[in-house]
Amino acid sequence: MELAVSDLTCARGGVPLLEGVRFTLPAGAALVLRGPNGCGKTTLLRTIAGLQPQLSGTIDCPPDAITYAGHADGLKAVLTVAENLAFWAAIHGTPGIDAALEAMNLTDLAARQAQHLSAGQKRRLGLARLLVTGRPIWLLDEPTVSLDTASVALFGSVARTHLARGGTALMASHIDLGLNEARVLDLTSYRAAPRLPQGFDEAFA
Amino acid sequence: MSNGSLWEYANPVKFMRLSGQVLPWVAGLAAACVVGGLFWGFFLTPDDFRQGSTVKIIFLHVPAALVAINAWVMMLVASLVWLIRRHHVAALAAKAAAPVGAVMTVIGLFTGAVWGQPMWGTWWVWDPRLTAFLILFLFYLGYIALWSAIEDAETAADLTAVLCLVGTVFAVLSRYAAFFWSQGLHQGASLSLQPGTRMDWAYKAPLYVCMAGFTLLFLALLLAGTRTEIRARRSRALMIRERMAA
Amino acid sequence: MIALLLRDLRLAFRAGGGFGLGLGFFLVLAVLVPLGVGSDPRTLALIAPGILWIGALLACLLSLDRMFALDHEDGSLDLLATAPIPLEGVVAVKALAHWLTTGLPLVLMAPLLGVLLNLPGAAYGWLIMSLLLGTPALSVIGAFGAALTVGLKRGGLLLSILVLPLYIPTLIYGAEVVIRGAQGLDTTTPLLLLAGITAGSAAILPFAAALALRVNLR
Repeated sequence: MELAVSDLTCARGGVPLLEGVRFTLPAGAALVLRGPNGCGKTTLLRTIAGLQPQLSGTIDCPPDAITYAGHADGLKAVLTVAENLAFWAAIHGTPGIDAALEAMNLTDLAARQAQHLSAGQKRRLGLARLLVTGRPIWLLDEPTVSLDTASVALFGSVARTHLARGGTALMASHIDLGLNEARVLDLTSYRAAPRLPQGFDEAFA
Repeated sequence: MSNGSLWEYANPVKFMRLSGQVLPWVAGLAAACVVGGLFWGFFLTPDDFRQGSTVKIIFLHVPAALVAINAWVMMLVASLVWLIRRHHVAALAAKAAAPVGAVMTVIGLFTGAVWGQPMWGTWWVWDPRLTAFLILFLFYLGYIALWSAIEDAETAADLTAVLCLVGTVFAVLSRYAAFFWSQGLHQGASLSLQPGTRMDWAYKAPLYVCMAGFTLLFLALLLAGTRTEIRARRSRALMIRERMAA
Repeated sequence: MIALLLRDLRLAFRAGGGFGLGLGFFLVLAVLVPLGVGSDPRTLALIAPGILWIGALLACLLSLDRMFALDHEDGSLDLLATAPIPLEGVVAVKALAHWLTTGLPLVLMAPLLGVLLNLPGAAYGWLIMSLLLGTPALSVIGAFGAALTVGLKRGGLLLSILVLPLYIPTLIYGAEVVIRGAQGLDTTTPLLLLAGITAGSAAILPFAAALALRVNLR
């Protein structure tokens, strides 16, 4: 499972943020995106996830291989932890949620409604969703927000297992997950030169 | 953009240049036709033997109704052009046409009411033609409301274009539903080709002039409106450029 | 797909899901109308088909803005868009869930309110039949409107301005079935036209709604 990005230009609100982004993620590799706030980390991840079109460039990856975890966890407050997870498992056609609950240390909370979880517990549930999708390429947007040290370490080991099984991870994060093998890509060098905005207004200057 | 094709004018710069040259002529011709046609129609035609002088409101009513419907058709075509070929001028032209069409719908409804009062003894009847026109006005309102509610220009253009396509289908359905719902008082189409109720040339000639005038008026307002939209976009683009350079 | 349907149904029935609000609105409306127009049974019988259809239509409208907005807020819509089921399918399933939790209960309650409004006896069957055929169209058309306005703050009012004109053909044919039924006339034509609108909407609008959702997500 390889993710290859070449000459990617992506924009937010019609204004190009990043251009010429290129990298290749072979199976088992992880890449951490770095850069100041607003430099386009989220935009890049959403573009690769297919949620918004790129202005130019190509994204090569097998179909239905990507799963995306954004700032919001996609949890339903009135459903229990197990129900939330079972829903995503059913949508992706994967069997069983026990392994994912176990891996993210949620087994004891399985019957609790999501609205009664703490912020860190919600985040763990959101990350457990990655496991039940059964997809090899993880796109993670600040996965460690509101996690405590122990949980960060827990997710670090989950991610390492995922990589060891041939998965890949592309994440925007400021916190070291303890993934020593992960490469770092600094997005500041891909910042789009100040120029006319693309899209709707491009034709009018 | 291929050379020599019609699509060249989808380029905003070329559009601005051409429309700037054409607009005064269109506007002048529109004014001449509207004023001349209305004067001819109001003062130089004989009274109808049954309807008296009230019939003369036809010179406002029919052209306004014509433009009201065709403005929507033009918006439909422009929306399709935007969705398929992504020409920005098309999206902006659709946006500029909507208020003109809506006002023409109101003129059509209002003159209809003024005409209907002496003819049918009431300002408003739920006649299928009137109802269909009122429904058309509601569709214009929704379209305009959606344009003004969305901040991002490209998103707004996409969503309003989709609404225009779906709205067209439902507007046509509504028209047939309205005709099914009530058979009306409204006379048949004024220029229908069926024999018997044909209009005399004394009326037809000024009516044609008025219809041409209103169509030209629509064209002039459309060009002016589109030019305003393009200028608004351009100033926004310049502001973004300045902000990014700073 | 079935998982999504079950989730939406479960969410509607759990606390805060809003199930029953539409029914309550429908009931209140049926009580208010006689208070407004007077208690004369003949007047009520005359307007009952229209009132019941308009009531059902407005009750449907009430819950529309939740259809995609809640999923958009909590991020589920992003995740559904990257899930293996097509967005068109998501729209269709969500419209179905909306119909099961809003439209179907309205159909079942309408005869009771018909009694309150003195609906003629011959019309009850046609009332149920027309609502059964017509309310799915209301849900699908509503899903399209909800998809258009999903990214907007305070999209609710705009949603009603967009959706209500689209409801006109359904309303006309639906109410016509009941009116003709009450008078003992032939109802075949409006019934077929109503079914045609429902079938056409269900076939085409999920695609338009999915297109609008994709535009709103980017």
